[in-house]
Amino acid sequence: MLSIKNLHASVEGTAILNGINLEIKPGEVHAVMGPNGSGKSTLASVLAGREEYEVTEGEVYFKGKNLLELSPEDRAREGVFLAFQYPVEIPGVSSTNFLRTAVNQVREYRGQEPLDAVKFLALMKEKMKLVEIDQKLLSRALNEGFSGGEKKKNEIFQMAILEPTLSILDETDSGLDIDALKVVANGVNQLKSKDNATIVVTHYQRLLDYIVPDFVHVLFNGQIVKSGTKELALELEQKGYDWIKDEVSGTAV
Amino acid sequence: MSLSVKKDDKLSDLFLQTKPVPSGLEGFSGLKSEARQILLERGFPTTKNEEYKYTNISKRIADSIENPDAPSPISDTSQIESYRELLASIDGYEVVFNNGIPDLSQTDMSDAKFDAQLFSAMDASVAGRIGTIEKSEKDAFSALNTLSFSEGLFINIPDGTVVEKPIVLIHYVQADKNGDCIHPRYFVKSGKTSQATIIELTVYTGSQTVFVNALSEWSVAPNAHIRHYKLQDGHKDTLEVHNTSADVDRDATLMSVVLSLQAGMIRNNLSLNLNAGNCEGNMYGLYLLNGKTHVDNHTNVDHTQPNSDSNELYKGILTDHSRGVFNGKIFVRQIAQKTNAFQQNNNILLSEDATVNTKPQLEIWADDVKCSHGCTTGQLDEEALFYLRARGMSKESAKALLLYAFAGEVLDKISIEPFKKYCEKIVHERLGGSY
Repeated sequence: MLSIKNLHASVEGTAILNGINLEIKPGEVHAVMGPNGSGKSTLASVLAGREEYEVTEGEVYFKGKNLLELSPEDRAREGVFLAFQYPVEIPGVSSTNFLRTAVNQVREYRGQEPLDAVKFLALMKEKMKLVEIDQKLLSRALNEGFSGGEKKKNEIFQMAILEPTLSILDETDSGLDIDALKVVANGVNQLKSKDNATIVVTHYQRLLDYIVPDFVHVLFNGQIVKSGTKELALELEQKGYDWIKDEVSGTAV
Repeated sequence: MSLSVKKDDKLSDLFLQTKPVPSGLEGFSGLKSEARQILLERGFPTTKNEEYKYTNISKRIADSIENPDAPSPISDTSQIESYRELLASIDGYEVVFNNGIPDLSQTDMSDAKFDAQLFSAMDASVAGRIGTIEKSEKDAFSALNTLSFSEGLFINIPDGTVVEKPIVLIHYVQADKNGDCIHPRYFVKSGKTSQATIIELTVYTGSQTVFVNALSEWSVAPNAHIRHYKLQDGHKDTLEVHNTSADVDRDATLMSVVLSLQAGMIRNNLSLNLNAGNCEGNMYGLYLLNGKTHVDNHTNVDHTQPNSDSNELYKGILTDHSRGVFNGKIFVRQIAQKTNAFQQNNNILLSEDATVNTKPQLEIWADDVKCSHGCTTGQLDEEALFYLRARGMSKESAKALLLYAFAGEVLDKISIEPFKKYCEKIVHERLGGSY
């Protein structure tokens, strides 16, 4: 589904990603872990098409299409979804109107009929239950004055509405208490199917108790330096990231 | 201020020739000669005048205006289609200004709970009010209006009256030839505990260069609540100056919302005198400018007594070579303790060549007050734009949605639903979004 080969990216002339290789198949959950500054969020941003990042080398194919050639909106329409680490507050834009516009533009791209107000409302009602989000929040301006937990719930709610094939959760767990974390993780788990895949970018192993990954990758200095199964995440939790750093510099010597 | 008139001052030559006072307006001859004297002494402002530093409207007028007198009235304004649909949906009391001259013959006053009189036919008891709120010494164009008006409208909302339907002032402007000018003038007196909404529209027919120099005075009595909505949408050769001044008494509220779209150049001078306790002055503006449109909003709120509030929000979206100017003065006099005064001016520039000059000006002598001001000028929030696009919205519709949300904060102040809808629609079209 997603094939990343030798991906290099930089921002304002500084190289952040230095040759990422990753293959993701339908139905899989991949966790990307690593210390601060290792390039985790950059990888998520590059996949979603954030324009500040310049891809200097390598290629990314998504369902056979060259992802890097697509605009952010076309990536979303193809089925890529980024749950933001810091969801943006947008005063004056109602969550409901925005989402309906987004959904209908996505549907148009996919050759589907637009949803009318009634059908859209029904869809919202159904998905709201999934993340236990209050309807009152959705009648307010997008993310404006939302708590951290509410913002993250809203991300997963949007994901549920847009039904992506590849979801990238960028530190969705950071700042959440355990109750909010469980709600968010439960939402993600319910949306999992054999046809879609998830990339969980996280600093903490805790989230992986609730969203169990098939693979764990450790990112360091813009490269995947170690890959394993969920046991790797537990090992990182116990031992921290220093042994990885030592191992990397050890092999480099 | 005391700029002497030069011999080659075209505007003085054009406007200051001695003329007889129009018949019926003899009572205003003292006011008019005072205005003339002030203009003779001070002349018209240039960019050397701080108040007109960024808005050289005198030059624009000098370059394009030829006739000091208003063009002849439009023979049949009922045939003018613009705004017909809007006017029908508002269903208010329509008062026509025909090339600057109020014409009450078309107004259905049968169930109106207010009265309207022409200056030439008004009671002597109220004639003395004219020129007391907006004085000639304040602004050259104010003096010019006083010198030049050949008729005016006096609207009186009696004590305790709630005028349910909006009063709609429609300025029909049709120049006979390039270079005409008109000087509409009106006075709104609202009695104690009265309530009314006045909507003001200018309808230009034809594409001639024309100068509209309007002046209105507002007397807002204790506990009266008055709202004034003004839509400014001309074409690239329209020049407009609006001097609007209000005296607001205790427990009263005056709200002004000005929406500026197309024009050559517009200068709005809005002055609120908050003259008593517990009164409120609210000033809102939205300008969406393109081409070479130049819109300048100068506002002035004077807190002269304790416990009054003012709120001000002006927002601009500018593209092409357009220019926006905002100057917001807030005065809080020494005895005006417990004043709350808030001012905000936010601008989004969509092109390299668009310009904004913004200047808050607060003078506070009282020490127990809450005052704040802020201004921002920037581009569209890239982070928000990316967020919307990452959800599948096209760049164009994401942009339009953000701009519309930005503008919406001002449009939300309009409480007459059909007028609000109309403004939303034109803003929507202007921002180019189908979302």
